[in-house]
Amino acid sequence: MQIDLRTVSITPLRQTYNHIAERLGADKPASRYIEGTMNVQPDANFHYRPTWDPQHELFDPRRTRLVMQDWYALKDPRQFYYGAYTQARARMQEVAEADFEFVEERGLADRYDDAARRKALDFYVPLRHVAWGANMNGAYQCAYGYGTAITQPCLYAGMDQLGIAQYLTRLGLLLGNQGELEAGKQAWLQAPAWQGLRRLVEDTWVLKDWFELFVAQNLVLDGVLFALAYKEVDQVLSEQAGPVVSMLTRFQAEWGQDANKWVDAVMKVAAAESPENKELLSHWYAHWRGRVQQALAPIAELALGADGADALARSVAAVDGRMNKAGLTLA
Amino acid sequence: MSNVFIAFQKNEDSRAIVNAILADNPGAIVSDQPAMVKIDVPGHLVVRKSTIEEEIGRAFDLQEMQVHLITMSGNVDETDDEFTLTWHQ
Repeated sequence: MQIDLRTVSITPLRQTYNHIAERLGADKPASRYIEGTMNVQPDANFHYRPTWDPQHELFDPRRTRLVMQDWYALKDPRQFYYGAYTQARARMQEVAEADFEFVEERGLADRYDDAARRKALDFYVPLRHVAWGANMNGAYQCAYGYGTAITQPCLYAGMDQLGIAQYLTRLGLLLGNQGELEAGKQAWLQAPAWQGLRRLVEDTWVLKDWFELFVAQNLVLDGVLFALAYKEVDQVLSEQAGPVVSMLTRFQAEWGQDANKWVDAVMKVAAAESPENKELLSHWYAHWRGRVQQALAPIAELALGADGADALARSVAAVDGRMNKAGLTLA
Repeated sequence: MSNVFIAFQKNEDSRAIVNAILADNPGAIVSDQPAMVKIDVPGHLVVRKSTIEEEIGRAFDLQEMQVHLITMSGNVDETDDEFTLTWHQ
């Protein structure tokens, strides 16, 4: 018997979904990120308006003063959809876990310098309440925002903040004990140095405009706080007592860099959309920049003493530089 | 001038690599086959790390490309930032 082999090439009838092909301008293969993000936002057949907000539809682009022709323009340069996001975070977490294990196994926490330990506990442990506030805000942006391109990474950032709160808790437990967490909470609730920041966090909780919240939380507060906490303070502790705390805050340091890439890209596109947007974003930025700087001043002093003011100024200048590049008008 | 070519398995990562090659090599001819993409360019083909990183949205080590590589022809010149195929004549 003779068998003839021949090659049959089967061309697929279509390369991607129609709505994706329309966006790409041709029927060509699209990345999973694009396929899992574009046009996912429900935009029709809502039936009833919510009783708690009858001025708006259930999902409504008018819940912010920012106006975009196409909300899907606010894409994430990291191209995070659920799969890519969880994989990227799993990798970061694996590295961070290995660092925690290293510190535990070698007993590095026990032998850590006591003055530096006190400083680290006083500064980092109350920050877990800030991270929890950021988690609430991420969820709010996702719930009331519009367009999957922007709401999706907002929720991811919110969940990351929950993880960051947990890492800060574990730092407290590793360098101290259960009592340190309670002391941190008392400091957050009572100590004068923390009240400015606590007020700021609580004020962001009641912001109605979700994009203003994005500017306040993800751009200004995260931008300045992460530079201060995981660069400036970390550097000083490292010089004073070695890199133990750097290892325990590794996730936060890496996450801050990663989130900045996304925030910068979103701000750049939103500001370039129209002069009105640019003005609005510049106004929000100037307002929250002032408040964050004021709220963080006593914390910077708590951690760095007289050098705190300079360190905070450098952290703010870094965000200024990023927003200058993104096209905002800085006052 | 004869062609140089490079072929990749079709998957999520190689889509970004192929898009980057198409962006960097205006003369490129793509042949989309089941499970494989082959790219021919007359004389000279360059793969740039920076373009791939823009496409893929994360840091990319050019050596990761080897995982998806099926075959290629041409003389290879490889640095951390660029991978080029040419014919030395």
